[in-house]
Amino acid sequence: MVVLALAGLVLAQSALLINGAGATFPYPIYSKWFDEYHKANGTQINYQSVGSGAGIKQVTEGTVDFGATDGPMNDDQIKAYRAKNSAGILHFPTVLGAVVPTYNVPGVTSALNFTPEALSGIFLGRVSKWNDPAIANANKGVNLPGNDIVVIHRSDGSGTTYIWTDYLSKVNSDWQEKVSKGTSVNWPVGLGGKGNEGVTGLIKQTPNSIGYVELIYAAQNKVPYGAVKNSAGSFVKADLASVTEAAAGAVKTIPEDFRVSITNSPGKNAYPISSFTWLLIPEKFKDTAKRDAMKGFLKWALTDGQGAVENLSYAKLPKEVVDKELKAINKIQ
Amino acid sequence: MASSTINVPNASPVVGSRSFLSRLRNGDEIARVITFLFAASVVLITLLLIFELWTGSALPRHKFGLHFFFTKVWDPIAEQFGALPFIYGTLITAGVALILAVPLGIGAAIFLAELAPQKLSDPLQFFIDLLAAVPSVIYGLLGVFIVIPIMRQFIQPALKNSLGFLPLFQGPAYGVGFLTAGVVLAIMVIPYIISVSREVLMSVPRDQREAALALGSTRWESTWKVVVPFAKTGIMGSIFLALARALGETMAVTMVIGNTPTISSSLFSPGYSIAAVIANEFTEATGDMYLQALIELGLVLFLLTFILNGLARLLMLLTTERGSGMGQV
Amino acid sequence: MNARLRWRKLVSGFMLTMTGVCALVAVSVLFFILGYLVYHGGNAINWDFFTKLPTPVGESGGGMANAIVGSAKLLFLASLLGVPIGFFGGIYLSEFSGSKVAFVVRYAADLLNGVPSIVIGIFAYALVVLPFKHFSTIAGAFGLGLMMIPITLRSTEEFLKAVPRALREGSMALGASKWKTIMHVVVPAAYRGIMTAILLALARVAGETAPLLFTAFSNRYWSPGWNQPTASLPVMIFTYAISPYDDWHRQAWAAGLVLLGLILMVNIIARVILSRGVAVPRS
Repeated sequence: MVVLALAGLVLAQSALLINGAGATFPYPIYSKWFDEYHKANGTQINYQSVGSGAGIKQVTEGTVDFGATDGPMNDDQIKAYRAKNSAGILHFPTVLGAVVPTYNVPGVTSALNFTPEALSGIFLGRVSKWNDPAIANANKGVNLPGNDIVVIHRSDGSGTTYIWTDYLSKVNSDWQEKVSKGTSVNWPVGLGGKGNEGVTGLIKQTPNSIGYVELIYAAQNKVPYGAVKNSAGSFVKADLASVTEAAAGAVKTIPEDFRVSITNSPGKNAYPISSFTWLLIPEKFKDTAKRDAMKGFLKWALTDGQGAVENLSYAKLPKEVVDKELKAINKIQ
Repeated sequence: MASSTINVPNASPVVGSRSFLSRLRNGDEIARVITFLFAASVVLITLLLIFELWTGSALPRHKFGLHFFFTKVWDPIAEQFGALPFIYGTLITAGVALILAVPLGIGAAIFLAELAPQKLSDPLQFFIDLLAAVPSVIYGLLGVFIVIPIMRQFIQPALKNSLGFLPLFQGPAYGVGFLTAGVVLAIMVIPYIISVSREVLMSVPRDQREAALALGSTRWESTWKVVVPFAKTGIMGSIFLALARALGETMAVTMVIGNTPTISSSLFSPGYSIAAVIANEFTEATGDMYLQALIELGLVLFLLTFILNGLARLLMLLTTERGSGMGQV
Repeated sequence: MNARLRWRKLVSGFMLTMTGVCALVAVSVLFFILGYLVYHGGNAINWDFFTKLPTPVGESGGGMANAIVGSAKLLFLASLLGVPIGFFGGIYLSEFSGSKVAFVVRYAADLLNGVPSIVIGIFAYALVVLPFKHFSTIAGAFGLGLMMIPITLRSTEEFLKAVPRALREGSMALGASKWKTIMHVVVPAAYRGIMTAILLALARVAGETAPLLFTAFSNRYWSPGWNQPTASLPVMIFTYAISPYDDWHRQAWAAGLVLLGLILMVNIIARVILSRGVAVPRS
């Protein structure tokens, strides 16, 4: 035991360790990035996927060096950060991703079509059976069973939830009124899973279930996911092209702090539940080694790192956004 | 009786009469002070814990007062917090656990105390003590991969088909939920019930049993009608102890309860317990009210277990005095 | 023999058999758990598990070397807090204190023992993580150490009290001071019992997860020194078990087997030593 402790002390002197926490949405690409970056120059970036809510909270408290979220911090949270840390916090978009409706319906292997009415009805608890007309009418020819729908949502504070509820609030005024959007909402129905991982796990194990997860979780775990009807009226499945198109409209008007929502965006083949995901980087770093390492990582992620994202089904950032971000990196002191 | 300096049976008999200086020279006084400080630190730490829980929950206590206990809503966005779903979930799962564990546990304790020969009883008790040492997260692991599928595929549908007219067994069979959490908790608390009840039963004086048998009762009758009632308070104590354990259980419950703040009459419904919601939401509670509401839940849990443990100890104390000192308890 | 007596005898036989069944069920649960862990975890244990770090999410392979070392560091540090307070506090209760003080200290220890582990986590977060603005091994060890205190305190007190008075009196009759008597006569006599109690306390907190969730947090890499977040076996089991990746499930079983194996081994050794009654010599 003493030997192990001494070993621990010895390892202390080796590489720089930076701690981050937050969204599970981009966890697959972040963990790949941090691993590649570590191999390239030895910096260890320990990222814990605990949900966007925890990411915001812990970076505000200062217990982690950076955070990550898919639901951008609102003005109150930014004010709170400034009050606690006497400096600001910066949002840096890293990739584009999509939140897809995944399901486990016995006998159904094809991709189902979901209308906004169907999705909001299901999650409000009003559409309770799989063969309800709201679903069946968009899926003629598919044999939907009459089983009860098991709704699965997030039990933790989640940016993925933010994106999903942001979309539902835009397309359904009842949802906006009753539940509205946020990282943690008062769900009318359903079971809670922890993280994108937990939700995917529950869906895999629970027949007749439906939930919402980031695209890569459904793809990696071979869970079927459906197409969603966008504002132009077409049923679109999430993929690189449809997500990129969703971001295209926002590129010109993206604000300086990069906080923008691209759900339900116009565009013939835009996937309506797409989103940026952000790293939350403090404006001021006390530790210069950490600051330089963070800046170095950001530059790498926005340029070389983008080469790895498509393999994991995330879409690259639009070039104009990357350019703006590279300039914004200089704000970090 | 003796001089005021002799107050602990096995303390040195001459402790008070030596002068302070000689004690100091011998290092005794320093030893006394140092060990006292360590002992006192235990008290200080405990007080500090209670203090932190109390002050850390000031905001919601002032805002919601007693309504906290009766509100169903848990809405972090609107900053409306109510403890009712969590209290409900905690109590229901503990209740299910006890309903399953108490008969099984007392039955096993009776077997071990009354029937089994020493050579069998001691090793079996050894294994049961080992069961008590299994960590919660391992029970959670087994719960997720074994209990949940069995519940969902076999037990819940069977219950639904046979007893589905009761509101307890209605609703879809998710696999997760109050019933599953209760079953896992039952497995976790059985060892406590068995070991304490067995000791208490073994301490019942022999003459009680023999008198019953001499009067013509069967083995079972003497056990059930004489020995067990004699040990009643101790057994109750073991149940309270088990209940306190079940209430505070975190990991195993979080992994199988469904993580939804619901109050439902159905045992198949997913729910939430106090410990589970703290474990899931503590690191992400943005905003002081949210965090402090979770701390207030922690305070509630602490008080619940505190009261139960106190009752348990009281009952055990009453039993040992009644047992007329036959054997060590 | 009349009918009523036959019936009562039947009931008696039946009920007593049922109690045997209860005992059988209770004991077989343990073997069932062990069996499952060995079956699932045994396949997953390989050399990689003990020596490699976790791989990026979704990729298979890798191991839990950092979690094993992390748990060891946590336990080491926790015992630095829990053992001295319990040991010296126990000495005070057994050798020096008056009954009123002893009652208060014992009551506080019992209270601390009954605190749910998640509440200990809250306490450690407020006391160690927030002021230092770090998730760390120290914070996690603080929580675990708190949980060790009541066990070591009560056990030390009991084993010391069980040492026969004659030993103490003999030593003092020979002119030794009280302190010397305690350190050189009484404690060595109770030594084995106290050591096993410490081992049992360690085994108990080795499996605790809840206090670590918001203190030690977790780490995909080695945790340097003591002030950084660290991976630990129980937290990894939790994280991997609720994930959807089969490879992670495999590793969770392996970790479960390793953790439970160690805990049970310590428990068995400690209990065997205690039950042999050699903890305190008969004089």
